[in-house]
Amino acid sequence: MREISTASITQTVREMFLELSYVGTRDLMAALHDAKHREESPLGQLVLDQLLTNYEIAATERVAICQDTGMSVVFAQIGQDVHMVGGDFEESIQQGVREAYTEGYLRKSIVRDPIFERVNTGDNTPCVIHTRIVPGTQITLTALAKGFGSENMSALKMLVPADGIEGVKRFVLDTVEAAGPNPCPPIIVGIGIGGSFEQSAVLAKECTALPLDQKNPDERYAALEDELLERINALGIGPSGTGGTMTALKVHIRQAATHIAGLPVAVNICCHAARHATRTI
Amino acid sequence: MQERRLTLPFDEETARSLRVGQPALLTGIIYTARDAAHKRLIELVDAGEPLPIDLRNQTLYYVGPAPASPGHAVGSAGPTTSYRMDPYTPKLLALGLRGMIGKGLRSQPVIDAMKQYGAVYFGAVGGAAALIARSIESSRVIAYPDLGAEAIHEFVVRDFPVTVIIDTLGQNLYELGPKTYKRERT
Ligand code: SF4
Repeated sequence: MREISTASITQTVREMFLELSYVGTRDLMAALHDAKHREESPLGQLVLDQLLTNYEIAATERVAICQDTGMSVVFAQIGQDVHMVGGDFEESIQQGVREAYTEGYLRKSIVRDPIFERVNTGDNTPCVIHTRIVPGTQITLTALAKGFGSENMSALKMLVPADGIEGVKRFVLDTVEAAGPNPCPPIIVGIGIGGSFEQSAVLAKECTALPLDQKNPDERYAALEDELLERINALGIGPSGTGGTMTALKVHIRQAATHIAGLPVAVNICCHAARHATRTI
Repeated sequence: MQERRLTLPFDEETARSLRVGQPALLTGIIYTARDAAHKRLIELVDAGEPLPIDLRNQTLYYVGPAPASPGHAVGSAGPTTSYRMDPYTPKLLALGLRGMIGKGLRSQPVIDAMKQYGAVYFGAVGGAAALIARSIESSRVIAYPDLGAEAIHEFVVRDFPVTVIIDTLGQNLYELGPKTYKRERT
């Protein structure tokens, strides 16, 4: 057994949100540079230039990459031999979010109630928390700041087994095409296939925090990722949606066992400002 | 593509001279408004009461900036998705609103009103928020301070980078651009 203080969780969450709000990940920068070389539209190249300059300004001046600093999401993998001391686990995460958004000049974008009381909570809490218990004595935290321009363009559909792989492809392409310029292309497409209704959505969300140079370990799904990426880029939406050949930087798929009667597919669209960080305590 | 320099506010004749796909640099005054401010403006319009700003020939920017850190006039301030303002927009265009800056698709009633009254929809690059903030020289709240980031701000801007997305003829870069590069049959 190992003791971990909830204060260190707060501290880690706070640091992660401050860092990811200002600094684009290295794989993202590489993908944007690569996209700029491959983009055929002059206007698209201009947009990618602006984005690259934007990431440079944000990192050097330590200002937010995007004004929508997102809804905070934390995935926690907790080792079963960890004993947390000093306070409430979930509250320690909320406190980290609260401190980061207040001290870091990040926009607070959360309202208390979705229908009746759309009043800003003032500190970007509550953060969405997904917890899994795993073997070991460590806690691994992945933090995401999810902008809603792209979140709003995401979709989930319960396909039937007969729809098969072609049905999956059609649903993904239709979702991306309908989103058009709204989710701030170039986008990253996270796809969860299988599981139950909510598991497919969680898998899709996890995909948006994977390294861009990582492929699905199953060759068949890796091939599907590549095919979908190519076909999404053939839609012509382009950077900013004003036409071009670079609509998406990466398609990630995660699959799970599912019911004999089902084929759930969740498509979580993430804008180029794919802000995430992972740390182990 | 050479950028066209434009001084704000601007009149209908200037608006009608702008063409789809034209990159432009805006200098002058713009007003910010997003969902909550639009809702309040329309409530005034419907009640026949005067608005806190005269919209004739003015440009609205759909944005909710991040808080300004020390040494900055504003925090990061990129465009938000415009379609959420569509239900309110035709009534504001009828009052003489000349330009809108945002990102993403617009509805047909908005486009029809733009053609009728001679207004332009500019796109700013979504997510280029720190870059865009550099072209904002000053900011002050002029209405609805209780809305925080969603209050109506007056921005003084210099060389604010945009592209004409929909012009006064209703030509739409979100349709024309992708058509040029589309290879996938759907
Ligand atoms: S979709 Fe992403 S890049 Fe676009 S405005 Fe929202 S957070 Fe920013």
